[in-house]
Amino acid sequence: MSSALLTVLAGAMVLGFSAGTLGCFAVLRRHSLLGDALAHAALPGVCLAFLVGMWSGIDPKHPLLLGAGALATAWIGTLLILGIIRTTRLKQDAAIGIVLSVFFGAGTVLLSYLERAGGGQQAGLKTFLFGQAAALTRGDVVAMSIFAAIMLGTLVVCYRPFKLLIFDPGHAASLGVNVRRYEIILVSLMAVAVVLGLRTVGVVLMAAMLVTPAAAARQWTDRLGVMIILAGLMGMTAGAAGAWISALETRMPTGPLIVLSATALLLVSLLVSPRRGLLWSWMRRRRNRKRVRIENLLKDMWRLGEQDSRFGGTRALSDVMAVRAASQRAVGDAESAGFMRRHGTQLTLTPKGLARAARVVRNHRIWESYLSHRLDLADDHLHRDAEDMEHVLDDEVIEQIDDALGHPANDPHGRPIPRGAPV
Amino acid sequence: MSDDAIIVLTGAACAIACAIPGCFLVLRGISLIGDAISHAVLPGIVIAFLITGSLAAWPVVIGAGALGLLTVFLIESLHRSGRVKEDASIAVVFPALFALGVLLLVRYADHRDLDQDCVLYGEILLAPIARLDLFGWDVSRPLFLLTVMAALNLAFVVTFFKELKLSTFDAGLAAASGFSPVLLHYLLTGVVSLTTVASFESVGAILVVAFLIVPAATAYLLTDRLGLMLLLAMGFGALSSWLGYMLAVALDASGAGSMTVAMGGLFILVWLLAPREGVLGRVLRVRRRKHRFALALVLEHLGREPTAESDLAPALRWPEQRIAELVQKLTTRGFVATREGLLVTTEAGSDFVRDVVD
Repeated sequence: MSSALLTVLAGAMVLGFSAGTLGCFAVLRRHSLLGDALAHAALPGVCLAFLVGMWSGIDPKHPLLLGAGALATAWIGTLLILGIIRTTRLKQDAAIGIVLSVFFGAGTVLLSYLERAGGGQQAGLKTFLFGQAAALTRGDVVAMSIFAAIMLGTLVVCYRPFKLLIFDPGHAASLGVNVRRYEIILVSLMAVAVVLGLRTVGVVLMAAMLVTPAAAARQWTDRLGVMIILAGLMGMTAGAAGAWISALETRMPTGPLIVLSATALLLVSLLVSPRRGLLWSWMRRRRNRKRVRIENLLKDMWRLGEQDSRFGGTRALSDVMAVRAASQRAVGDAESAGFMRRHGTQLTLTPKGLARAARVVRNHRIWESYLSHRLDLADDHLHRDAEDMEHVLDDEVIEQIDDALGHPANDPHGRPIPRGAPV
Repeated sequence: MSDDAIIVLTGAACAIACAIPGCFLVLRGISLIGDAISHAVLPGIVIAFLITGSLAAWPVVIGAGALGLLTVFLIESLHRSGRVKEDASIAVVFPALFALGVLLLVRYADHRDLDQDCVLYGEILLAPIARLDLFGWDVSRPLFLLTVMAALNLAFVVTFFKELKLSTFDAGLAAASGFSPVLLHYLLTGVVSLTTVASFESVGAILVVAFLIVPAATAYLLTDRLGLMLLLAMGFGALSSWLGYMLAVALDASGAGSMTVAMGGLFILVWLLAPREGVLGRVLRVRRRKHRFALALVLEHLGREPTAESDLAPALRWPEQRIAELVQKLTTRGFVATREGLLVTTEAGSDFVRDVVD
């Protein structure tokens, strides 16, 4: 591995880790787009710092000078956002949009002015717009690491007040925590993280560096400490992956690849995280729907059985499907689950199917009895609720209700309540 | 038409086209959806460009419009899944799409026709150079495009004024009256997408956010009436276009950027000076209220027990100077009278106290 690639990798990983950890606070405070505003507001600062450097004879492209300029206007931008929200009826979204776009506009004005007045020295300032990770030098990475370390150190020291601040600022104030001060410290740390990232991923994509890893980490845990570390690690992984992929071929920009890697991590987290994963809830919903489908079919067969007292007998498929327009799919599901056998167009319940059918009908009718006797609902209001509850109630609850009702023999409509499968 | 006029008119048309949907974005509290859309249409434009090999109008409009709606759909679904909050959804979706756009652009697109610069900040100063042959008329393409866009948006807002107004201020009532707020939301965001695309060449992806939001927010500080707010927003936008162009000429700098700066300047001016929402108005109002309250306090004291002016300062524990000023005011307004050397509250004075207390 070449040392140039190592430098870029290290830079991207430092950035990913620091932005990821700080992003957690932005996401949990619902200030996700503040990072976006900070990044855009930094642009005029970079240009102004360059101008100052040009006039005063300091190297106008010194990273610390440009960083200080970026930090200064990012800061002013934040104060303006807070000021607009506090003193007008404009809400957070409009305040952020105004500061973001006007500061960026001022930045482009300065940039185009510099292009004419800078005598060629300004070349490279534009890397602040899109980022250019390949231009990172070893010195840049060392400086980034130092700032990241200071930032993370502050984060550790202020962890408790920050935690109070994001979850319950009112409580924090009542404990004597200076909420305003810690809020400003937090926003300042965010500004530092944004400035660190400008050279690598650029103005537009910086929002994602803060927010995407944090949103991904949030899927895996409910604990703040774990979330912060996870988000840091995910940001670092995304940084490393983006830098590495972009090194594989030419014309593969690092910043966008880092952001797309982080987005991929978020997608995976959304799908498969243990408790909140969308995949699991889809599967659960599918399983439930299948169960309802099967149980409704079994219940239909039971009802037919009640008409001629042949519960276990063979029935024509068309008769069964006529009861409530059950689907072929339900028949297939019930057959493969071992609840019924099918010979051509004839269906027979297995003993297992008979037992399940009895249980569903029993659940339905006991629940109707309960609604009728205990909640005094009218008879025509019982059925719909029982249709849902019959699939959900477990045996223990049903037996308790049965006890409480005094083991009724019939439901409110006068139909018998089965006790297990008929022999 | 002179080049100067073309540039200012193009900027004004862009500002008017943007201000119309912008007002509704600001009122609905979804300004940043505009930000998200304007960034996320980039991959749509690039894909259309890659497929057709040109920046011809229709494929680009379709590509960008589709991506705009996709952005809104993704943000909504992510937010509705309950896994990611709304603000974070926006911050996750649009950089991802923008990153995709930049990647496609750098990797496959020919740099001569479409590059990062023109995408990010466009250049309105080139408006007189880009020509279009319109049935034998030689016109400026951006000016023509943006004028059409402004006219379309005007038609949109005039046609759906009632529906937009209702669904913006009372989504529940709108739904109950049979207007689908969801449909209108997508219609509005569709309009934002198209307007963004039309503005791309002239002002770029980021500065269009200013054209959408800043004049609308400025107008919102001045009025409570939707119709007036729309007119004011268009006016501020057009004015900024002219002021911005003068700034651009003076600094020899980016045209669209200067117009944005002008918008920011007007916003700050209104923020400071607006009669009700402005900072100055607020300060004056607080001072006036303090003054009225002090007058009422003195009157209330005199109403309970008539006091000589010299005893008033110790009784209220206020500085002599201040008491003298207040008594002077009260006397000229006829709220106090002197009886047997003591100050007493008159009928008019009691009315004033009642007025302040209520």
